[in-house]
Amino acid sequence: MSMLKIENLHATVAGKEILKGLDLEVKAGEVHAIMGPNGSGKSTLSYLLSGRDGYEATAGRVSYQGKDLLAMNTEERAAEGLFLAFQYPVAIPGVNNMYFLKAAVNAQRKHRGQPELDAVEFMALVDEKLRLVDLKRELLSRAVNDGFSGGEKKRNEIFQMAMLEPKLAILDETDSGLDIDALKAVADGVNALRSPERSSLVITHYQRLLDYIVPDRVHVLVGGRIVKSGDKSLALELEERGYGWIEKEVGAV
Amino acid sequence: MSNEQIERVTKKEYEWGFVTPIDSDIIPKGLNEEVIRMISTKKQEPDWLLDYRLKAFRHWLGLTEPVWPKVHYPPVDFQEISYYAAPKTDKDRPKSLDEVDPELLATYEKLGIPLHERAALAGVVGAESGGGEGLSGIAVDAVFDSVSVATTYKDKLSALGIVFCSFSEAVKEHPELVRKYLGTVVPHTDNFYAALNAAVFSDGSFVYVPKGVRCPMELSTYFRINASGTGQFERTLLVADEGAYVSYLEGCTAPQRDENQLHAAVVELIAMERAEIKYSTVQNWYPGDAEGRGGIYNFVTKRGLCAGARSKISWTQVETGSAITWKYPSCVLKGDDSVGEFYSVALTNNFQQADTGTKMIHLGKRTKSTIVSKGISAGRGQNSYRGLVRIARQAEGARNYSQCDSLLMGPDCGAHTFPYIEVKNTSSQVEHEATTSKISEDQLFYLRQRGISEEDAVNMIVNGFCKEVFRELPMEFAVEAQKLLEVSLEGAVG
Ligand SMILES: Nc1ncnc2c1ncn2[C@@H]1O[C@H](COP(=O)(O)OP(=O)(O)OP(=O)(O)O)[C@@H](O)[C@H]1O
Ligand SMILES: [Mg+2]
Repeated sequence: MSMLKIENLHATVAGKEILKGLDLEVKAGEVHAIMGPNGSGKSTLSYLLSGRDGYEATAGRVSYQGKDLLAMNTEERAAEGLFLAFQYPVAIPGVNNMYFLKAAVNAQRKHRGQPELDAVEFMALVDEKLRLVDLKRELLSRAVNDGFSGGEKKRNEIFQMAMLEPKLAILDETDSGLDIDALKAVADGVNALRSPERSSLVITHYQRLLDYIVPDRVHVLVGGRIVKSGDKSLALELEERGYGWIEKEVGAV
Repeated sequence: MSNEQIERVTKKEYEWGFVTPIDSDIIPKGLNEEVIRMISTKKQEPDWLLDYRLKAFRHWLGLTEPVWPKVHYPPVDFQEISYYAAPKTDKDRPKSLDEVDPELLATYEKLGIPLHERAALAGVVGAESGGGEGLSGIAVDAVFDSVSVATTYKDKLSALGIVFCSFSEAVKEHPELVRKYLGTVVPHTDNFYAALNAAVFSDGSFVYVPKGVRCPMELSTYFRINASGTGQFERTLLVADEGAYVSYLEGCTAPQRDENQLHAAVVELIAMERAEIKYSTVQNWYPGDAEGRGGIYNFVTKRGLCAGARSKISWTQVETGSAITWKYPSCVLKGDDSVGEFYSVALTNNFQQADTGTKMIHLGKRTKSTIVSKGISAGRGQNSYRGLVRIARQAEGARNYSQCDSLLMGPDCGAHTFPYIEVKNTSSQVEHEATTSKISEDQLFYLRQRGISEEDAVNMIVNGFCKEVFRELPMEFAVEAQKLLEVSLEGAVG
């Protein structure tokens, strides 16, 4: 079954076309990696999929679990199980991390017609997921991402992902700037979610992460399009040779 | 945040806009010595108080309205205002809720006042608020129009020697206390509105906490403006004697009106040696409609005197209402090592204007003050912070920390900061920080990506912005204040 199907997607940001005919299909249960040079449109794709204001699809289609993704608003997409681990998680001063997470979990449950979790049930879920992600408990009683170190922010993203149990998780360079332990924690988080009905889209610059999260497919995004796809060995090749040869290949077409 | 978003969240009608058609005993419009004598006679006041009023009135005649606040409004015609109104129900106290004017009960209903408090508020004989769990809960003194219609918990408080009653009652029962302290912090010559208040004040609250007594409950007053065209001039006097502690809550909502109504209150606080006073306000007077018509003019003088060494006065306010707010709760730190605090959230939406802030006057040695001001502007709201920190020559080792943050929601609103700092010695330290930010699209997107609706996301960010102030409020009040902000901003984003 198809989890995400993107066909000939063109998208603009601030009137500038960034995605230029992108095709991608991720089946349920699969993990795909997206690699590509700086500025090629990877974050743009993740924002467009999650419905950020100002990111506009000008052509093409995106279906998510058989539904028209682009017709849903941001919070609906989230409640339908689409999760984005941000490349640069923003701080929200004065808003308690735990309070925010409970509001998020319950908003999503409400959307799905499930009863909201009370404080006791919620704490039980927190305890369970904390063991999985190895996030310092102290961070939960602070304001969202406020004063968190780079690594703490990324771990907090993965903790939120674990709490929300998304159907499709998009990780935008979650591995950048992480020490090796944090990298493993991120990989554990993603691997724990692996199941026949869940998928992940992992955006990364380093094949190192892919040693821990072994992808089913690797795609190369250049100039707003997927220009090459392959299996895990493609990531190794990119690490060795860079993107120049692919850009040349594409240019030659 | 897009303009369209802002429109959606800030458009919300005033929930408590209603008028209670209770028969009022109103003095004809206008202001002259005759009217002042009439007020004083109706209230059966002693001569010294009438003299005080007349002295204030004569002084007021020589004053002109201040023009320095950054607010704009058509001139107030002081002869078009009626200076006294008392609900008729005050004459005979009801024996049970069945005897209470149903209109009054309906008013409480709309205000969301809990059932068990309504009887007490309505002045039913023998009724107590708080469900009778002894000295817990809140003691409420309701100022309905100008006269208190209810005072509760009195017996329990008086067993501790605490006086908590309407101002008029205090004049009758404790004239020596009133006479000793009235006008000692805010003299009748202080400013235009304070002089007006001293001349025509109708009623208000009086609190005296004796030496060494810690008031075991929050004292609370609800204010309402009701009779059409009636200016409201409350007078509150709160004295904490040596080593005493008291926390006082003031909350108000007002019914919707088309004409502007003037509200000029005076609040005086006095803290003796080691005494502590915590004064919290949630202000929600009618702000006017979305086109800027109507609404309350709120010109208030609030000042506390830390008279004794190591005393402390703390003002916390959440201001969401009024068409115009002009208000600077201040502290005069006279006692050595005394402490003054000011925590404020002021929200302006639509055409609301607020010019608010504080004054911290350091006179004693090693006196300390903290100012945390959070201004939120939406719609065409204009929000100004105006603060004065003055450190006198003799106030050696004094310290002040001020933080003023402004949050803008949309392109048509404004935030302004006017800090005035005067330091007359070299051993003191003054720190001032100011920030202005917009509700960030990044933050909104982050919360919405987690499944939180846009409106809830805005409320969450705004509440986070106000956190440092809300945590100074007593628990129930903090919840109320949060709800009020949400209601005031509903429709402000979208
Ligand atoms: N708001 C904007 N206005 C104009 N250009 C933008 C805007 N946002 C993104 N872009 C441009 O779109 C292009 C793609 O950016 P994007 O962030 O998607 O790249 P990326 O592949 O994620 O890069 P990196 O690997 O550095 O994270 C860049 O050239 C960027 O400058
Ligand atoms: Mg990127």
